[in-house]
Amino acid sequence: MDLRELYQELIVDHSKQPRNFGPMPESNYHADGFNPLCGDKIRLYLKIEDNVITETGFEGSGCAISTASASIMTEMLKGQTITQAEALFERFHSMVTGSMGPDGGVDDFGKLAVFSGIKEYPARVKCATLAWHTLRNALLERDETAKTE
Amino acid sequence: MIVGNGTEKLDLVALRRDFPALDQEVAGKPLVYLDNAATAQTPRQVIDAMERFYREDCANVHRGVHELSQRATEAYEAARCQVQEFIGASEVGEIIYTRGATDSLNLVAHSLGELKVDSGDEVVISAMEHHSNIVPWQLMCERRGAKLRVIPINDSGELLLDEFDRMLNDRTRIISVAHVSNALGTINPVREIIARAHELDIPVVLDGAQAIPHMHVNVQDLNCDFYVFSGHKMFGPTGIGILYGKRTFLEQMPPYQSGGDMIESVTFEKTTFNDLPYKFEAGTPNIAAAIGLGAAVEYLSKVGMDCIESYERELLDYATKAIGSIDDVKLIGVAREKAGVISFVIEGIHPHDIGTILDREGVAVRGGHHCAQPVMDYFKVSATTRASFAFYNTRQEVDELVFAIGKVKELFSD
Repeated sequence: MDLRELYQELIVDHSKQPRNFGPMPESNYHADGFNPLCGDKIRLYLKIEDNVITETGFEGSGCAISTASASIMTEMLKGQTITQAEALFERFHSMVTGSMGPDGGVDDFGKLAVFSGIKEYPARVKCATLAWHTLRNALLERDETAKTE
Repeated sequence: MIVGNGTEKLDLVALRRDFPALDQEVAGKPLVYLDNAATAQTPRQVIDAMERFYREDCANVHRGVHELSQRATEAYEAARCQVQEFIGASEVGEIIYTRGATDSLNLVAHSLGELKVDSGDEVVISAMEHHSNIVPWQLMCERRGAKLRVIPINDSGELLLDEFDRMLNDRTRIISVAHVSNALGTINPVREIIARAHELDIPVVLDGAQAIPHMHVNVQDLNCDFYVFSGHKMFGPTGIGILYGKRTFLEQMPPYQSGGDMIESVTFEKTTFNDLPYKFEAGTPNIAAAIGLGAAVEYLSKVGMDCIESYERELLDYATKAIGSIDDVKLIGVAREKAGVISFVIEGIHPHDIGTILDREGVAVRGGHHCAQPVMDYFKVSATTRASFAFYNTRQEVDELVFAIGKVKELFSD
């Protein structure tokens, strides 16, 4: 597999200029994620009103894959209901772990489809899923640090 | 294999043929294996010795009167003698088999700690230790109400010996430092540390895991009180390591783990313990791996540690210049005395991305905190990329690494 399929332009772009990056004082939910294997850290902020995610933000440090994943995720989440966000988590997780069923095409998956190449790099799946595990914890209002382990 | 006496050059073509795993392609390119500080490759001589044990001599040691058990015991104990000779220990009872350097350090921290450390005492380590030379001491200090003190480092990645001097006092009970740093490659001034410690009768533990594959180590000459290392970083198998300790300490230290083999006699009222080294070797050991380790030190002795040391010094100089002169690359750890390791960061590109891209060029390196998070904190990086060398690496492989770093920059260029 060509490296360009992993490091697509969109991923490199989001890793260099992450969107929704920085503290978000107006958030009403947040969660921390940490990958002890590589030291990647993320703090995810959400503003949720009437079960709809209206604003998102994140801070932290990590590799291109984890930064781009967080950046694109925070873009995608705006305007989603909590149920929709949970479904998005499940679908993203299936896509990058390669456990998507035969109907699980990525054509309608928008920007998230750029992460479909990750499944060929098992060692890097955790980088892509860190932000998403953190999201799930924020949604579960868990007062703990999300781990990819 | 080509035998060296310290003045000859290594015959790399012949030596590399001894390592079957080096002869393969990764991602369609010849493997360039530069993750030796994590685990080094294994020569066929080691693989053969272990296979011979399983094919012909497989039995438990120190037990049976039958032929296989005797052969197993002989091979297992012969390997211990080879290790003793290799590190220049005065007697074979000072060579204790463990699962690896981590296990050895846990043993010393636990057992020497129980012997020497009380509430209010102090244990000294350094800021460049691997987690395995931090956490066992930290836990022991917590248990015993003692204080862990840390020798600081400078921006080159060298220990501040003046600070070390100021740190020593009449409560200092143990000093444990790396001989060579796994994250920075610094060769620490262990002779000076030992000399100063011994003026105050403080025992010194050396973590030799990153030193022993690269240089001639003689524990009596160093005069360290303990020396630990792992088999798999010195071309032997995983799951085996050594704790060397001076008999005077080992005899006084309480057992660490208990069970079979480490006892002399057992009744429900009282157990008396076996002599050294068996007092510290509970249960059936990793026999095949011990035999493999014996084969590894025999192999290294034949190649010649002096030859290895001088060849690697040239290779590291070459690699330092080549990698250090790439734009945007910053070397982490530029001590005057170094061995085996080049750690670096590239502005704006995370080591895990670098690792993945290099892997697709066939170049195996490590990206991460190298189990030395305090070192990363000191240099204010979350991780580094580490290329670590063995005597079988070549200048051409360094060139391949430099070329592959070029690919990384290309992929991330605007």
